[in-house]
Amino acid sequence: MSGLPFLSLMLVVPLIGAVACLAAGREQARMIALAATMVDLVLGAMLWASYDVGGAQWQFQEHASLFAGFEWKLGIDGIALLLIGLTVFLMPICIGASWNTIEKRAGEYYANFLVMETLMIGVFSAQDLFLFYIMFEAGLIPMYLIIGIWGGADRIYASYKFFLYTLLGSVLMLIAMFWMANEAGTTDIPTLMAYNFPVQAQWWLWLAFFASFAVKMPMWPTHTWLPDAHVQAPTGGSIILAGVLLKMGGYGFIRFSLPMFPEASAQFAPLIYGLSMAAVVITSLIALVQHDMKKLIAYSSVAHMAIVTVGLFAFNRQGLEGSMIVMLSHGLVAGALFLAVGVIYDRLHTREIDRYGGLAINMPGYALFFMLFTMASIGLPGTSGFVGEFLSLIGIYAVSSAVTLVCTTGIILGAAYMLYLYRRVVFGVQKNADAAAMPDLDAREWAMMVPLAVAVLWMGIYPETFLAPMRKDIASLEARVAQARPKGDAQIRFAAAHSAGHAADHSAGEPAAKPAGGHAAAEPEEAH
Amino acid sequence: MDLSQSLMITGPEVVLSLSGLALLMVAAWSGDKASRMISIAAVGVLTLCALMVAPALGSGAMGPGTLAWFGQYRADAFAAFGKLLIYIGAAVTLIVAPAFFERSRSMRAEFPLLVLFAALGMGMMVSAADMLTLYLGLELNSLSAYVLAAFLRNDERSAEAGLKYFVLGSLASGILLYGISLTYGFTGTTSFMGIRAALSGHMSLGATFGVVFVLAGLAFKISAAPFHMWTPDVYEGAPTPVTTFFATAPKVAALCLLMRVAVEALGGQPQAWQQIVIFAALLSIVIGALGAIGQDNIKRLLAYSSINNVGFMLIGLACANENGAAAMLVYLAIYVVMSVAAFVIVLMLRDEQGEAVESIAALGGLSKTRPMLALAMAAVMFSLAGVPPLFGFWGKFVVFQAAVQADLLVLAAIGIAASVIGAFYYIKVVKVMYFDDVADVVKGPSDRAHGLLLLGSSVVISPLGYLLTIPLAGIAAKAAAALFHSA
Repeated sequence: MSGLPFLSLMLVVPLIGAVACLAAGREQARMIALAATMVDLVLGAMLWASYDVGGAQWQFQEHASLFAGFEWKLGIDGIALLLIGLTVFLMPICIGASWNTIEKRAGEYYANFLVMETLMIGVFSAQDLFLFYIMFEAGLIPMYLIIGIWGGADRIYASYKFFLYTLLGSVLMLIAMFWMANEAGTTDIPTLMAYNFPVQAQWWLWLAFFASFAVKMPMWPTHTWLPDAHVQAPTGGSIILAGVLLKMGGYGFIRFSLPMFPEASAQFAPLIYGLSMAAVVITSLIALVQHDMKKLIAYSSVAHMAIVTVGLFAFNRQGLEGSMIVMLSHGLVAGALFLAVGVIYDRLHTREIDRYGGLAINMPGYALFFMLFTMASIGLPGTSGFVGEFLSLIGIYAVSSAVTLVCTTGIILGAAYMLYLYRRVVFGVQKNADAAAMPDLDAREWAMMVPLAVAVLWMGIYPETFLAPMRKDIASLEARVAQARPKGDAQIRFAAAHSAGHAADHSAGEPAAKPAGGHAAAEPEEAH
Repeated sequence: MDLSQSLMITGPEVVLSLSGLALLMVAAWSGDKASRMISIAAVGVLTLCALMVAPALGSGAMGPGTLAWFGQYRADAFAAFGKLLIYIGAAVTLIVAPAFFERSRSMRAEFPLLVLFAALGMGMMVSAADMLTLYLGLELNSLSAYVLAAFLRNDERSAEAGLKYFVLGSLASGILLYGISLTYGFTGTTSFMGIRAALSGHMSLGATFGVVFVLAGLAFKISAAPFHMWTPDVYEGAPTPVTTFFATAPKVAALCLLMRVAVEALGGQPQAWQQIVIFAALLSIVIGALGAIGQDNIKRLLAYSSINNVGFMLIGLACANENGAAAMLVYLAIYVVMSVAAFVIVLMLRDEQGEAVESIAALGGLSKTRPMLALAMAAVMFSLAGVPPLFGFWGKFVVFQAAVQADLLVLAAIGIAASVIGAFYYIKVVKVMYFDDVADVVKGPSDRAHGLLLLGSSVVISPLGYLLTIPLAGIAAKAAAALFHSA
């Protein structure tokens, strides 16, 4: 495509930065880390700018036969582009969040973060099955170290749990990958996405991949590592964990489970619905009674991820697009919320909700941003949360009204726990003198909050920017899974779900997001 | 076949024996003060032998032309692969040993000689084409190894390790010999090809017994469960350079020998040994992983880790095909490098007085006091656990891929799930080094030779190692092809 090997460059830059950080002191290390992530952000922006929307499915392809058994093969479609964009966007913010808080072993800290960035971009851009696996698995090491070295009181327990849970989930996937490579005779992901595996085998393969992605996602009941890991991780670690790492599970479902095993996906869809419904209700209720701010947001992440999974397994365009937007939105919003917690944690060194109160008086700027992100988490129209959740729920409504009913309670409960959190922290009387004496946001914190706020509002007001690059890829995914679509109980059917011609119209660049949303919103009302 | 041709084919062994005897004379005349010089000469001899075997590997030598001494000895690409690894292991031992023994003034000229003779025995093991060659090589190696384990005469633990190794090793040799005699009784021959021919078609109960005893004897030598009990004690008690040796060269030799016996002598009857190998593989993986959890001595931990790793390698053999054998050889090569790195680090762990530090707790906070050493150790641990992107993952990758291709899905699934148990104790070491408070025990200076060896092996273990996958796969495939097309 383009002359520059963008993707390899984006992988190499943080890696070089990581090595440099190891050798540098604290002051230099954070500068190097910031510089490396900014370079990647610029490269990411150039990547997005030169991405040909509506062009070839796989762009920026690179290929080198360096290894036996697998190949160095990179390339992205719109879905990967968006997630890479999210990664490079969040990374400088992570570094910024750690600017003053990381005092011990800063060089190693930033090196770990930069390695994480490389691996995450690698996961989203790998086009070889085993290259993907290596990138996917390798993230365990830096995350283990980040949680274990710079985490809070129970960091060791949390790091073990994180490492062993995710490792167990992934090794079975490796066996499944061997079988697939053997059966299809290739390790090329685009080829495998079009390969029809025997239905009987799909069943086992799907379960093996599910074991890995469900833990990474995380889906109830394998989510228990997440609250521990989040609470113990430093702010930067939490942002990257919630912002990008959790998206690997969803990306896995989109890239592997659905296109490679459509029949098995349809057969297991009820399982996904069941687990997701349980997740939405149970984790939302758990979030309601938390005293620890980070734990609360961690549980809310599980609930949001459940909306992603139901949307994915709705087998229609609305569900798939909605899930992607929820993932992107959650990446921004959860990252922002963890950042907001980090801001006051840096001042008071506690995450206990009761230690705060009335911050709106002494920290008005902070209260404003925190409110915006709270509203986005709830899914208020005009914020990114609304677009994604609405599309996802519309998608699943075409399949099952019961599932939709249960999942929608998540939004109500979400409003309950988020507003309750906001009220306790920001409103009310200033019962704690030390909390009342905290200064408002400084310039560094403004610099981190503003881009996040802009992105959240942009995605909420004009989601077309984010829907357009992936529209064609979602359409082809929908066509791929159409053969296996489970029969729903709802009366409504979307035009888009039926006619390929309509899909083509969309990809031709019709300004569609809002109209599509409105269109879809109108239909269920008519159906009733 | 004339004498000169046979001598040509057995060149490395001839060189090793003659130079071993010559150095023995040097040692006898000039005493212990020449030990460093003899060590250097021995490394030179090993390098020479490595150069002699390399062409056979490069050309993928196989078939009847590689036989010598009337079909008792075989110098094919497979033997060359094994010998290269053995010579590397022996040379590393000789390089790391002087710095270790000189501290306690116990370096003696016998050390390099014993290692040299052990290497000779191991060379014969991997080249065996006859049960008697097998036994000769095995015993030459074992007798040298018993003495090496007890090399620190004044150290109780070392003497105990030597005695334990000797008693249990002799028992295993007895079992092996009993198996060989049974096999001979039921087939009428000791040659591998003869046994293969005699066992084609029907396999009698007696011959099956013989095979089981032979495999049990060999399982002891590779420390596969359920014959692994000696390993932790011997690894812990033996002087660390000797443990480095045990973990690398003899393991390679015994595993290659096991492959030889299984594929060449019993190749016509894979079902007779496949189940035994699968059983031993799974048991080794699980026992190696569970046994390591409670260990607080780093050498004992590495001993259990070696049991665990042998289990993974046996999965390659369990496939009973060329692909599996090649995978096993790749794993073996990577395992040798990982073991070298691990034990060199153990050698570098010294307290202020220069005494060896073996307790895992003493590594506390190593990442703050000795960051590079801790980084190398962490890389070795993650590599042994098989976590990508470290190179140890590649060994597991090829072995499990071969197992899946051979339709051993259940074995692969159980094996890889059990590897997660193993990961627990590997990350425990990382936890001690990175998360715990500084114990500040490891303060002693490091020898330069150790540092250089560690640097070299760490580069291979690092993700850069993946660049070696193509050449490594190439030579492993040649070696495996030679093994399977020996006739």
